[in-house]
Amino acid sequence: MELTRRKLLAIGASTFAIASITGASAYASLTDDAIAALTGGAEAGEGAITITAPEIAENGNTVPVAVDAPGAVAITLFADGNPTPGVATFKFGPLSASRSAATRIRLATTQNVVAVAKMEDGSFQMAKANVKVTIGGCGG
Amino acid sequence: MASGVKPRVKVPKTAAAGETITIKTLISHKMESGQRKDSDGNPIPRSIINRFTTDFNGENVVDVALEPAISTNPYFQFDAVVPEAGDFKFTWYDDDGSVYEETKSIKIG
Amino acid sequence: MNRPQTLTRAIAFAAAACVAAGANAEPDTDQLVVNEEIEMITEAAAPAHTENLSTVYSGWRFRADETQALQMDDFENPAMIFVEAAAEVWNTADGTKGNSCASCHEDVESLRGVRAVYPKWNEAAGEVRTLEMQINDCRENQMGADKWKYTGGDMTNMTALISSVSRGMPVNVAIDGPAQSMWEQGKELYYTRTGQLELSCANCHEDSYGMMIRADHLSQGQINGFPTYRLKNTKLNSVHARFKGCVRDTRAETFKPGSADFVALELYVASRGNGLSVEGPSVRN
Repeated sequence: MELTRRKLLAIGASTFAIASITGASAYASLTDDAIAALTGGAEAGEGAITITAPEIAENGNTVPVAVDAPGAVAITLFADGNPTPGVATFKFGPLSASRSAATRIRLATTQNVVAVAKMEDGSFQMAKANVKVTIGGCGG
Repeated sequence: MASGVKPRVKVPKTAAAGETITIKTLISHKMESGQRKDSDGNPIPRSIINRFTTDFNGENVVDVALEPAISTNPYFQFDAVVPEAGDFKFTWYDDDGSVYEETKSIKIG
Repeated sequence: MNRPQTLTRAIAFAAAACVAAGANAEPDTDQLVVNEEIEMITEAAAPAHTENLSTVYSGWRFRADETQALQMDDFENPAMIFVEAAAEVWNTADGTKGNSCASCHEDVESLRGVRAVYPKWNEAAGEVRTLEMQINDCRENQMGADKWKYTGGDMTNMTALISSVSRGMPVNVAIDGPAQSMWEQGKELYYTRTGQLELSCANCHEDSYGMMIRADHLSQGQINGFPTYRLKNTKLNSVHARFKGCVRDTRAETFKPGSADFVALELYVASRGNGLSVEGPSVRN
């Protein structure tokens, strides 16, 4: 994973310059497209879905993330600064209770983790958490 | 079959009928993302667990589609309603076609 | 690669400045109890022979809350799945003599207390042994099995299993008697600057613990938590594998895992943590 992060950071350095100007994460448009594909372009509401992620990730390799959307049929996670935005989709079956899930994900750089829930009535809800991904130590 | 892949799940041994329980699952799997390169600079092909399901007495609890952004040794925590005694069946699907399974029984009490 | 003297010094100075300039953040005050059962001592009076420290802290105390949480429960701790794998190996016969570890040791619980006193002097062999060396000796002589690679997965999983049954017990390695000369050798290594960056273990882990090195909260470099599951490489790491990485990071030719230098260093570093609880397998950055 070490090689990947260094390489990504090298690529990221140039896209970061662009991102700084636009004020958006480097792969944000890919994520917007993916979200639009999921919602069919419909607006996503807020307030009925929560996402929990650390403010600062000690290591981008293993970042604990949790989502909770009572009444959701499915929740999809995106990472808008990763080379590919998709992270996971949780489809809740009839025996699911709270429509929540926790997992551990990889984040290539500081970015937003976005959760989009499809609700029982066909509407969508969205929440975002910004996670700072740090470079540690002497690189060892 | 990817080598050394081992599932591990935590399910309470008993529950009251209709109770909600928390389930935790882990599987030791490298989750090769497809982003890494080997020492010669060639990309290492993606090889991940791409799907994880949990069923109870044949009914679905959760069905997860995984992408390479899920960390090595994929971990999931979620909950389930336990209507009656029975078996939770956990299934992980590997890119290479392998399927890994684990079953845990739960009693009503 | 030969850099001009002045450039090397400039780098070393810059490296030291990076460390010094960071915020001085002391370890947190969180308590560690594993499985709501095993109380861990993560802070103790420094052993008498560790003259430059007044208190020793486990590496756990320097990690972010989320990382700390991963170690507090044996299911959350990703290392434990490898402990389970080793438990299966424990019961499996291997080698020409048809023995498994269980054949002689029965349940791994019988090794409670072992991890806490290693590395230690072995009278019959006339040398200081690490847990890995002892395991390979057992495999070779009691089992007629092939030795395991010192930092390989099989070995590290097994040291994790053996360590896990000593959790909570205070580290207590002997530094006197026949182990003394090796201990002194390790101490000298600890304080010797190496590499193009001219850093010794002490520069970071004694002089600068608690400070930030880039975004990393520098620990005292204690090894009571080894083998440790590092989030960085999502696997169990042994002591010598970590030492090797640290020496390499000073831009030096690093030593070999299993070498006398690293055995000496491990004995010395372990002794700096005498009094802290065995935490291995722990979770670290």
